[in-house]
Amino acid sequence: MQRIGVFVCWCGSNIAGTVDVQAVSDALKNEPGVVFSTNYQYMCSQAGQDLIVDAVREHNLTGLVICSCSPRMHEATFRKTAQKAGLNPYMVEIANIREQCSWVHKEMEIGTEKAIILGKAAIAKVHLNAPLTPGESPVTKRALVIGGGIAGIQTALDIADAGFKVDIVEKLPTIGGKMAQLDKTFPTLDCAACILTPKMVDVAQNENVRIFSYSEVTEVKGFVGNFDVTIKKNARYVKEDICTGCGACVDKCPMKKNPNEFNLGMDNRPAIYIPFAQAVPKVATIDPNACNMLKNGKCGLCARVCTAGAIDYTQKDEYIEEKYGAIVVATGYNPISMDKFDEFAYNQSKDVITSLEFERLTNAAGPTAGKLLRPSDGKHPEKIVFVQCVGSRCDACAEKGKEYCSKICCMYTAKHAMLTRDKYPDTEVYVFYIDVRTPGKNFDEFYRRAVEEYGVHYIKGMVGKVTPEGDKLIVQASDLLADKQLKIDADLVVLAAAIEPDKSARPLATMLTASMDTNDFFTEAHPKLRPVESPTAGVFLSGCCQGPKDIPETVSQASAAAAKVIGLLVKDKLTGNPCIASSNELMCNGCSSCERVCPYGAITYVDKEFRMPDRTTRMRRVAQVNPAVCQGCGACTVACPSGAMDLRGFSSSQIMAEVDAICK
Amino acid sequence: MQVKEYKPLIVAFCCNWCSYAGADLAGNNRLNYPADVKIIRVPCSCRVNPMFILRAFQRGADGVILCGCHPGDCHYTSGNYFTRRRMALLFSMLDFLGIERERTRVEWVSAAEGAKFAATMNDFVATVTALGENKRLEDLRCKK
Amino acid sequence: MNNSFLQEELIRESGVNPRKCMRCGKCSGTCPAYEEMEYHPHQFVYMVETGDIEPLLNSESLYRCLSCFACVERCPRGVEPAKLVEAVRLAAVRKQGNNSLKADDIPSLSDEETPQQLLVSAFRKYSK
Repeated sequence: MQRIGVFVCWCGSNIAGTVDVQAVSDALKNEPGVVFSTNYQYMCSQAGQDLIVDAVREHNLTGLVICSCSPRMHEATFRKTAQKAGLNPYMVEIANIREQCSWVHKEMEIGTEKAIILGKAAIAKVHLNAPLTPGESPVTKRALVIGGGIAGIQTALDIADAGFKVDIVEKLPTIGGKMAQLDKTFPTLDCAACILTPKMVDVAQNENVRIFSYSEVTEVKGFVGNFDVTIKKNARYVKEDICTGCGACVDKCPMKKNPNEFNLGMDNRPAIYIPFAQAVPKVATIDPNACNMLKNGKCGLCARVCTAGAIDYTQKDEYIEEKYGAIVVATGYNPISMDKFDEFAYNQSKDVITSLEFERLTNAAGPTAGKLLRPSDGKHPEKIVFVQCVGSRCDACAEKGKEYCSKICCMYTAKHAMLTRDKYPDTEVYVFYIDVRTPGKNFDEFYRRAVEEYGVHYIKGMVGKVTPEGDKLIVQASDLLADKQLKIDADLVVLAAAIEPDKSARPLATMLTASMDTNDFFTEAHPKLRPVESPTAGVFLSGCCQGPKDIPETVSQASAAAAKVIGLLVKDKLTGNPCIASSNELMCNGCSSCERVCPYGAITYVDKEFRMPDRTTRMRRVAQVNPAVCQGCGACTVACPSGAMDLRGFSSSQIMAEVDAICK
Repeated sequence: MQVKEYKPLIVAFCCNWCSYAGADLAGNNRLNYPADVKIIRVPCSCRVNPMFILRAFQRGADGVILCGCHPGDCHYTSGNYFTRRRMALLFSMLDFLGIERERTRVEWVSAAEGAKFAATMNDFVATVTALGENKRLEDLRCKK
Repeated sequence: MNNSFLQEELIRESGVNPRKCMRCGKCSGTCPAYEEMEYHPHQFVYMVETGDIEPLLNSESLYRCLSCFACVERCPRGVEPAKLVEAVRLAAVRKQGNNSLKADDIPSLSDEETPQQLLVSAFRKYSK
């Protein structure tokens, strides 16, 4: 039997104005188990707390009921008070007689009656309270960043700067991501490579950072602070530690006609290649689908020219297992496929390109060495049409494209148009827009400059279709403001394709038990207040994997994610919430119902030996809750058919006792 | 002789993160709703076992209302979806038992919707008052 | 003029929700009969949404629409302007009566390859 003390707070006149506090404390004194009951002006004040501590000592109390304001307000305060008095902090229950009683009712009689019932419910609950201690788990002081684009690089750099070890896993042969493919960046027009490549070098030289390029994550086990991750290092048939990146093999390779992924297939690369000059790690990679030596065993030229002896045709995929305390997802984005948009003739004409391809065409390191030339005939285009919102802002029932706004297209199109007019003032540039969305620092000014200073023709309307005719592209579009249908004989059409999360994100989310929205973007723990954390503890989000973002936004989110990771790694031990689910193994029948409803993947099943009544032992499959991962929602408690699962602090018997007390 | 006015007994389950905070906000804004509503705090609406609701009816409650975060806003990401399904099942069971459908209700109240909380409670109490006492499910053995 | 009764009827008959339109103008950009029309596909959508339907009923544009359904195919919001044009046409026909093309004549003129809806719209268009 508990020895319960009841403390009724007046809260000045806030409670005492509508509730007869004396009557409440008198009425509750007669409840079973209550050995002490009093009221005081301000329970949360120092004097009030001292009163509680003294009462606990004097009357040997084991449980406390505080009739006061909302537990959301002062539950933590009174738990600390209980601890000070030598009680377990979870032996406190609060009856909310302010927000849910005195403030909503006007008559003293009604308020007092309700306050007594609420107090009785709290007493009934505290009878069944048990001391709870939060679980502790150690933290592995190493972080994993999945994706080596600007988001991953920035996150890794910030974590490494704080003195923690970081590993970057990148599926391509080099880090750098999409930003490495860009030409200039809006709204300042500084060159992407000039600001990105120093960061790539920084991250490669940072002694706290390891880069696993050409690798992918294949398995994730464990939980916050203690992830066990398997990384598959794909065979690149070149010894990474020996290769100097001199490029002799690349020059000599006879298999030269393979589409160059880095230039989006607009030119060719050899079977052995380094994606671009500033690649990190600057190491050659052999494409096994193109290499004659790997396919047919004939050639071996690269091995002969390699003075360092780095080529190894027998290399195998390697699996690395490592422990991590935190995981940052930075898997980024890709432009969507244009296959479903026949009206723009993307698959019919080489001169219809996406914006990312345009980016490569204007890049000094691109297939045309920075000269803006038509992919079909290498001529200088005189009329360029930019089409915005291709595949963005589509209705779900249209079954092609994405429902969301891709956010970056308005700005990069303005950039492309401006740069074109700047380099080639004789070019006519048309931009077809639905809305021009430029919220951002110096963004609208930038767009206005494109219109006012560079004379880009912005036309409100959408392109209906593009028809190749001779060496021209006939663009048929509407000009809504002039109420006209236009036909433009363009030389080049640039489509601002919508962006979508990388295809690797979905299987990764499954491995991490992190949730995703219908568009395969990772969901954040709270859309406003916890934007860089996944609801799964220990998993953080950086960059476009969470939603479309431009570079400044990506970098700030990357640093924010790093700050959260550092905040986690700096702890030696993680203290959990003690109000979590736990299963009664004797009752558990191993049905997996709870495992299926758990949003955090906190429940696992183990085979355990049990002693049977006839002194034999039997193996049974029972549920176990990982206290570090469980957040205490209680979904499993209701799903459990055998009643084995219960929630500490909100157990079925406690809630039932409250129901009974209220209904008495 | 004065006839005692009928006062229904209403049990409200509120999730800690949205609806309980919404109820607090109703209090902060001094919005009135009948004292017949007694709130029980649960971590998430999905913690509410349909059994608790039946228990309340058994013990003589006249109405039970369950409040959670709006779908998609659950603090635990998916808890209220479970609630929605479980309650749909409970409703059809109560229907089958011949208990008035209006006695149980599921309502989504966010932490910012103090006004909605008060309005919902006023409406629910009015509905249950019109229905009168719950006699079908009440277990007389539980009466003192 | 706001004609809310007719507006509701058009929306119901066509199954089109003109509020979904985000005013991109792709329908008019894609329309092959654009030059022939006084009111263009995007204007049909907008005018039905605002209830300004009378001018549409009296406009020749109704009979210039080819029912090619390019606008339906390409609309990114799934608004389906051609169905709305068809509904307005139907309303105009209903007002006038007096068919010059008989329904019984259709089967002999029809071709298996031709989509049903095109047939029906053509019938309404030429039976004025």
